[in-house]
Amino acid sequence: MSRPSLFRYASPAVFYPLAGRLWPWFAVLAAGLAMAGLWIGLLVAPTDAQQGDAYRIIFIHVPAAWMSMLIYLVMAGYAALSLIFNTRLSAMMMRALAPTGALFTVVALWTGALWGRPTWGAWWVWDARLTSELILLFLYLGFIALQAAIDDPRRADRAGALVALVGAVNVPIIYFSVTWWNTLHQGASISLTRAPTMAHEMITAMLLVTFAAWSYAVAIALFRVRLIIRDREQQAAWMQESSEGR
Amino acid sequence: MSPVIALLRRDLLLAWRRKSDATTALGFFVIVASLFPLAVGADATLLRAIGPGVIWVGALLATLLGLPRLFAADQDDGTLEQMLLAPQALPVMVMAKIAAHWIVCGLPLCLVAPVLGLQYGLPTDALLVLVAGLLLGTPIVCLLAAIGAALTLGLRGGGVLVSVVVLPLDVPVLILGAGAVDATLNGLGAQAHLSLLGALLIVFLLATPWVVAFALRIASD
Repeated sequence: MSRPSLFRYASPAVFYPLAGRLWPWFAVLAAGLAMAGLWIGLLVAPTDAQQGDAYRIIFIHVPAAWMSMLIYLVMAGYAALSLIFNTRLSAMMMRALAPTGALFTVVALWTGALWGRPTWGAWWVWDARLTSELILLFLYLGFIALQAAIDDPRRADRAGALVALVGAVNVPIIYFSVTWWNTLHQGASISLTRAPTMAHEMITAMLLVTFAAWSYAVAIALFRVRLIIRDREQQAAWMQESSEGR
Repeated sequence: MSPVIALLRRDLLLAWRRKSDATTALGFFVIVASLFPLAVGADATLLRAIGPGVIWVGALLATLLGLPRLFAADQDDGTLEQMLLAPQALPVMVMAKIAAHWIVCGLPLCLVAPVLGLQYGLPTDALLVLVAGLLLGTPIVCLLAAIGAALTLGLRGGGVLVSVVVLPLDVPVLILGAGAVDATLNGLGAQAHLSLLGALLIVFLLATPWVVAFALRIASD
């Protein structure tokens, strides 16, 4: 037996049961954290002096926006892994993450619109961050459309990985060009380098919901990657054994 | 004769023999740009305000129009396979093909754009900036679209797919190109916009041929 390494889990046969054991835990964690975070955010946190109670949508909006960007980065990371090491599982993970990323992008845009209506007086403004979030959604949709259009899974994976990487390289360029184009969005309220400008309960709630969103993303990605593995490896001996065993 | 020059000549010759490809894109550009005044009204100040953006979007779409077929004919008759097998570096040959396509489809757009600009009542200095921006920007659009064209080679619905995949990446070009004309109209000077467009062009000229070559290898595995 060779020495165990992380690459052991790059095999779908090994990862499949691991993902099966892990995803329920992440799902439960996500539900618990979301309930705690929303309870603090919606009931405990103080009402904002300027924005009233309308601001409370940020407890969904900000985590969703963070996750939408993070998932794209993770997706691009898996894309790079799959192109460099030629690991099938990386491509499957990339594919499993895309719909969740698109979902969080839609949630961020939607809650942003709900927040913008009472606060800015408009559902939508062509502000830099809103626009780049919208373009991020287009990037996700392009990725998903390309993957869906290619029947051969190998080619779909490699083509999707290339598009994800090209998109990731372009994201900073898009972001800066859009920022330069127009900006209205308030500056970031949360920074690691200076004291937060928000009440502690707000930070706590936001972080809790963020971790909830994170756990949800992990859970759903693992769940989805199991389906992808099951779909692609149905001819494999280990899959037939395991499905007979159940 | 170097293979690159040969490839460039061949593509240009093919385009010359079948002129409809280039003229279709050009016609599309002119028609789209002429539709907007009909839709939004003939108010001169409004037209001058939206002119740069409309012309740029039209040019962007017209450039994308012919690109899905960039490698299709070569794939059908087996030329692409020979290119993949040839001893010459694939990125360089890809570059030649993109250059030929730009000369055929992109360059005419840049030359027609000032006429459309006049329709929108743009002053002379803005027209010059418009052409300069298009000359710098349309090659970037071609390069990015070539990635999409290579990835979607031989797929059903390839044309629309290329647009969906590539258009979000064209946002900076659009912002900088149309922004350059707007800045001139507002008396701010377009140098910053054009410099950034030029910088983007250099970056994409250097990086994209390799990506396209890689995408072609994926598509023809």
